[in-house]
Amino acid sequence: MTYISSLDASTFVDIILMSFLLMSALAIVFMRHLFSVVMVGGVYSLLSAAFFVNLDAVDVAFTEAAVGAGISTVLLLGALMLTARREKQITSRHSFYPLLAVLVTGSALIYATYDMPAFGDPNSPANTYVGMDYMERTPHEIGIPNVVTAVLASYRGFDTLGETAVVLTAGLGVLVLLGMGGAGGTASRKEEEDQA
Amino acid sequence: MTFSIALIVTASAIFIAMLIVMLRLFIGPSLYDRVLAVNSFGTKTVLLIAVLNFIGGRPEFLDIALLYALINFVGTIAILKFFRYRSFQMAMSSVRGRAAAPLDQEE
Repeated sequence: MTYISSLDASTFVDIILMSFLLMSALAIVFMRHLFSVVMVGGVYSLLSAAFFVNLDAVDVAFTEAAVGAGISTVLLLGALMLTARREKQITSRHSFYPLLAVLVTGSALIYATYDMPAFGDPNSPANTYVGMDYMERTPHEIGIPNVVTAVLASYRGFDTLGETAVVLTAGLGVLVLLGMGGAGGTASRKEEEDQA
Repeated sequence: MTFSIALIVTASAIFIAMLIVMLRLFIGPSLYDRVLAVNSFGTKTVLLIAVLNFIGGRPEFLDIALLYALINFVGTIAILKFFRYRSFQMAMSSVRGRAAAPLDQEE
């Protein structure tokens, strides 16, 4: 049986996923039918989630799938109800400045990657200060294999509790604003039906 | 970490399936084709994540693939609710709304 190193396989998967991402991005740019654009956007999110799993960032991938493919698609569909079905034709003169802005932002981001420490660098900030302390203490103090979970749920437990309360309050506020589950628009529509 | 060539073949097969589904998504022609394409693409993502876990040598992450399957299902239901009720409010409430025409009739 033939064996390949895991790094090669991971690079292969990266290349394929990146080319799929490029294809969906080009499709979003060239499509004029807005509903299809929302659908391709959902696929783009699923692809980036798979990409994050390949980078071993499963928590980021899960957030991307829930927010990008789930909530964003639904919210964009809601926005689609309020607007036209097709995008207007854009002249090349109008698309010059957005293209310039995208190119400048992209090159700034690429320039910023040169300051990042190399992958697995023992002298990088993540590996030198308090991080190693957590790595050493978690096995005997908390006793679970995942250090990130130990930090979030135990060492910074009260911090996480506060964050959860904030997110819950924000979610309740959004639900009230959208009028879900309440009498609001639904009741008045029912009254209309009763009168009719 | 080494692993058998069979996993690469499986991953490639899933990639080819993804490509075919993406082509259906891009060319349409009807909206329902596209909704179905997104749903199938979600299923392919679940399969791909399962294979990636075995390639990385950590099959305990299979739970995440299960969660993805749930999100994919709920997302498709949400999109189809929009076709039916055409608003967030009525789709979420328990009162049964009037059936609406599909969002867009393809020309």
